[in-house]
Formats: sequence, C-alpha cells, structure tokens
Amino acid sequence: MSFVVTHFNYLAVVVLMMIGLYVLFSTGNLIKRMIGLALFQTSTALFYISLGKVSGGTAAITIDADSAEGRALAASLDPAYVQQFGVNGVVYSNPLPHVLILTAIVVGVATLAVGLAIAVRIREAYGTVEAEEIEAVARVDAARAEQAA
Amino acid sequence: MILFEAIYVAPPALTAQAPILVVVGPLIGACVAALSPGARTAWMVSVLTASFALWMAVAVAGEVAREGVIDYALGGFAPPMGIALRIDALGATMALLIASVGVLGALYSGHGLVSEVRPEKHTLFQSGYLLCLAGFLGLVFTGDAFNAFVFLEVSSIGTYALVGVGEARDRRALPAAFNYLIFGTVGATLYVLGVGFLYAATGTLNLADMAVRLATLGDNSAVQAGLAFVVAGLGIKAAMFPLHGWLPGAYAGAPSLVTVFLAATATKAAIYLIMRFVFDVFPPGEFGEIFLRWILAPLAAAAVIVCSVQAIIEKEVRRILAFSSVAQVGFILLGVSLASVAGLSAGVFYLIAHALMKGALFMAVGAFAISVRARTVEDFSGIAREAPWSALAFGAGAASLAGVPLTMGFLAKWSLIAAALQAGAIWIVVVLAIGSLLTLVYVGRMLEAMFFRAPIPGAQRAREAPVGVLVPLFILAGLSLWFGIDATLPTSLADASAAALLGAAP
Repeated sequence: MSFVVTHFNYLAVVVLMMIGLYVLFSTGNLIKRMIGLALFQTSTALFYISLGKVSGGTAAITIDADSAEGRALAASLDPAYVQQFGVNGVVYSNPLPHVLILTAIVVGVATLAVGLAIAVRIREAYGTVEAEEIEAVARVDAARAEQAA
Repeated sequence: MILFEAIYVAPPALTAQAPILVVVGPLIGACVAALSPGARTAWMVSVLTASFALWMAVAVAGEVAREGVIDYALGGFAPPMGIALRIDALGATMALLIASVGVLGALYSGHGLVSEVRPEKHTLFQSGYLLCLAGFLGLVFTGDAFNAFVFLEVSSIGTYALVGVGEARDRRALPAAFNYLIFGTVGATLYVLGVGFLYAATGTLNLADMAVRLATLGDNSAVQAGLAFVVAGLGIKAAMFPLHGWLPGAYAGAPSLVTVFLAATATKAAIYLIMRFVFDVFPPGEFGEIFLRWILAPLAAAAVIVCSVQAIIEKEVRRILAFSSVAQVGFILLGVSLASVAGLSAGVFYLIAHALMKGALFMAVGAFAISVRARTVEDFSGIAREAPWSALAFGAGAASLAGVPLTMGFLAKWSLIAAALQAGAIWIVVVLAIGSLLTLVYVGRMLEAMFFRAPIPGAQRAREAPVGVLVPLFILAGLSLWFGIDATLPTSLADASAAALLGAAP
C-alpha cells in the first residue's frame, strides 16, 4: 500500500498513458484518435514534472536565505533534508524537466495541429472521419482502378 | 577522406561555424521559401540552401577527418550544461548522405512535382522539404538526447505534411499521412519517455556525459527500461519490423520526391540514433548483448524474410519498393546486430548503398509518373520503349538492389556476408542468402515487365522525363553503379564510422 502512496504520481502517469493508448487504437474516429494521442503525450509531460519535483522544494527563483522569506521557507522543511540538499537553507525543485516539457508541449501542439489539419483534408476528400468508412471508399477506389486497367 | 581535402575550400571563419550552419541554413531557407512569391523562386531557394548545407557538411566531414570528433558548444555554453553538437565520423557520414540526397531532391523538384503536387502548394512544399532537411541534419549532429527529440519532431512534422500533399495524385495519401502521424508521434513520445528514465538515472542529457555516468552506474532497471523505450520509439521511426505498419502506405501515397527523401534519410536517421544509443551511450555489457542477439537480430531477420515475401505478393510498384525498404532495413540491422567493427561497417555501407539505390528507384518511378498514371507492375509494361533513359536508371537501381556484381548493392551484401562469417553467425548468412534470392524475384518481375513486355494496347503512352529530372536521377543511379566499381569513398566513411562507434582505432 505504501508503494501506491509514494508512487502515486507515477501510477497516474501509467494509467493516463494506457487510457491514451487505448483510445488511440480502439476508436476509428480520427478526431478521437487525436484526443487519445494528446492524452498519451500529456502523460509523458506529467512524468517529467514528477521527476523534477523535490519534496518541499520551491520554484527555481533564487531566494536570499537570510531574508524573512528564505528563513520561513527553511523553517517549514525537514532539517535533515535541508542539510542534504539546501543551498543556504533554501531547497529548489529541478527546473530542467519543466523546461524540457515546455518544449515537448510545443512540439505536441504542433503535431496535434498538423494531425487535425490532415483530418480536415480527409473529411474533404472522403466525406467522413471514420476509419472504416474511409477504408470502404478506398476499396471502391481500388476496384475502380482495377477495372480501368 | 583525401577527397574532402581536395574539395574543401570553405573559408576558415565559415568552417569554424559549419556544424551549426548545416542546420540553421535549411531552417532559414524554409522560412524564405515559405515567403517567396512564386514556385520558381522557392525552388531556387531550395536548391541554393540544400547546396549550402552540403557544402558545409563537406567542410565538417573534412574537419572530422582531421580532428576525429568536433564538439561545438551552442551559444558558447559549455557542455554538459549547455546543448552541444558533437560530430564524429558516423555523424559526418550521415550528414553527407542526407545533404547529398537533399541537393539531388531539390534539383529534381524543379520539374518533378508537376503531376504530383498541386501548383499552389509548390512554395510551401519547398518550405516543408527544407524543414525536413534541417531536422535530419540536426538529428545526426546533436550531442544532446532531448535536442535529438526536437530535431526528430521538426523533421517528422515536415514529413507528415509532405506525405499528405501526395493527395493530388492519390487520395490514399491522406489516411496514410494520418496513420504515419499517429505511429510517428507514439514513437517520439516513447523516445521522450526513455530519455526521461535515463535522465532520472544519470541527471544529464548530454550523450557523451550520459555514457560516462552510465558506465559507472552498473546494472540498473531504470536504465534498461530507458533503453527499451528509446529503441522501441526509434524503431517505429526506423520502420523496424514489426513496427513498420505506417511505411508502405506512406511511401506509396507520398509524392515521389518525398518517398525518395524518406527512403534515403528518414528511416536512416532513426537507425543512426539507435546505433548511437546502443553502442555509444550504453556501456558494453550483458544487457546490450542480449538485446542485440535475441531481439534486434531475430526481428531484423524476420523483416528480411517476411517483407521480401510481401514485396513479391504486392501488385503496385510503389508498395513493392516500400516493402522492399522494410526488408532492406532488416539487412542493415542484421549487420548492426553483429556488434563487430566489420558488422557495423557493413551496416553503414549498406545504409549508404540502400539510400542511393532506393532513391534512384523511387525517383525513376516519379519520372514515369510525370507523363503516365501507372500503379501496378502490369501498368509499367513496355515502359522502357517509351521512356528509355528513366527506365535505364530504374534498371541500374534495381540491379544494385538485387545485388548484381559491379554494383554497390553487391558489395554491400558481400561485406555483410563476410562480416557474418567472421562473427561465426552462419544463420545470418543463410537469412541474407534467402533474402537476396527473394529480392531477385520481385526485382526481376518489375524489370521483366518494363523491358521485355510489350506496352498494353490502348494504354496511356509514357514520355521521357525532362532533363531537369533526368540529371539528379542519373547522378543517383550512377553513384550506385560507380561505388560498386570504386568503393573507396563509402568504404572509408563506413570504416571510420564503425571505428568511431566502437571506440576502436580506425
């Protein structure tokens, strides 16, 4: 049970990721597939953010340890922890994963935009965004090409 | 490598910045092409930028030949804190290959797009093309795991759009592009996840730094999970069997030029990154060996057999060549899985050979497509009488693919078999032999229809492609023949790459 509690965020990541993957491959609707894909990507973002979190750590903006704010922050933390990680008594979360995920989110949005744009074009060309109906049209296309040959 | 000394004429100030100019040049070119007033201007921008990238790539390759490894700290921030470009012999080889195909493709696009891309899309097509070029070149130069993801996606987003543009010829390109986007994004996300594991275990994203820290870490399940995710993710992008589901549709639907570019660079860049991770980043050990011997090698062998058979069954020429590509990726990975200098060198040599011959084949198919709508092998009957020069180039590429002596494909297969024998892996030799025979069957079927059958009466007559298309086509086809006679350049590049990967003295 304690494993579940301490790894709650990672379990959430796994569950989200599997939901995303399931949506991605269970539905034939292209728009719903994009939603699944977005969920899948977001779970990775959550994973990275979890990695960067240091318990009790604050945002990575330098705080003077001698200021009232710094002292209050240091006092609110476990002393052993501060001794191990703190620079002058202030513990910061690792900002790098946030920066990375910011980039990954931008990439994800771009992919989503391209995917939706292609879905729009598919709707224009086939008159539907359901995979099965598209396949049915494609079969008709193939039969016609066969006849022409 | 002496060749590079001879044609190496870039001024020193430019050479010092060459690694980043290779990437930034096409990126800027992509913006300029998107804003250019007409298709002609965009085409010129495309040719000029691709040539500039090739020039700089040659300068970098010359520098690598002299110095060994180039470290380039972006923005002056020293690694491991800053993002660094790190170019060794393998990266330089890949960049040369990608930039060369990039230039030839740009030349081809002057006349080759007419029948396959809507006229109003030509400027944006050039922009996307340069974006892909920048992404692939960045991917093989970067020394940072996350930066590699960004470049991977820059190139991938470009290719999704470029594949979709093929709807002007065949509307199946749209679902194929969508499918490719889904698969590709899942692959990239798995890669990011794997990099996250590695980052959690090592605290660094710099590949060289990561390698040092992993060596001291020992067996660690997070690291092993990281490798698994990274390879699975890149395996999708590299069309590693059985993750190749997106490839046949995308190759068949995309405009010919895009297929040329994808076949020669996209899967190859992903294979490059797999090699980089497996051999460079991960310390040699039991886990890596088990992975190579029991996962990579059997899957590669399955790719060779299964996809060659599928290529034989297929009726459409583009799909035959697409399945053939998956099978050929299997050949390359078989060489890589030997994990010896000879095996890796053969793998890299095969990679170059396949890029050139498959590029020539798809470009020839594109040259036919300018004047005739031919899909199946039967449609191509007797086309050699109507468009002899394009058919000749197709024949040269096909001969190389089948491994006819005095072609680059023959040397590539030969060195693979030699490497497998040296490693004592007889079963790999058997797989290679069966794969080569199967290749002969589908290549023979296409050539028979083109050269020895009479044109179908009443069918559309093909015309010879314009000179602007024939020139890049003949350069590609000619290279696959020329390197089969004098293989000094690709062999030296492949050997240096293998030595750089395994850390052995060249």
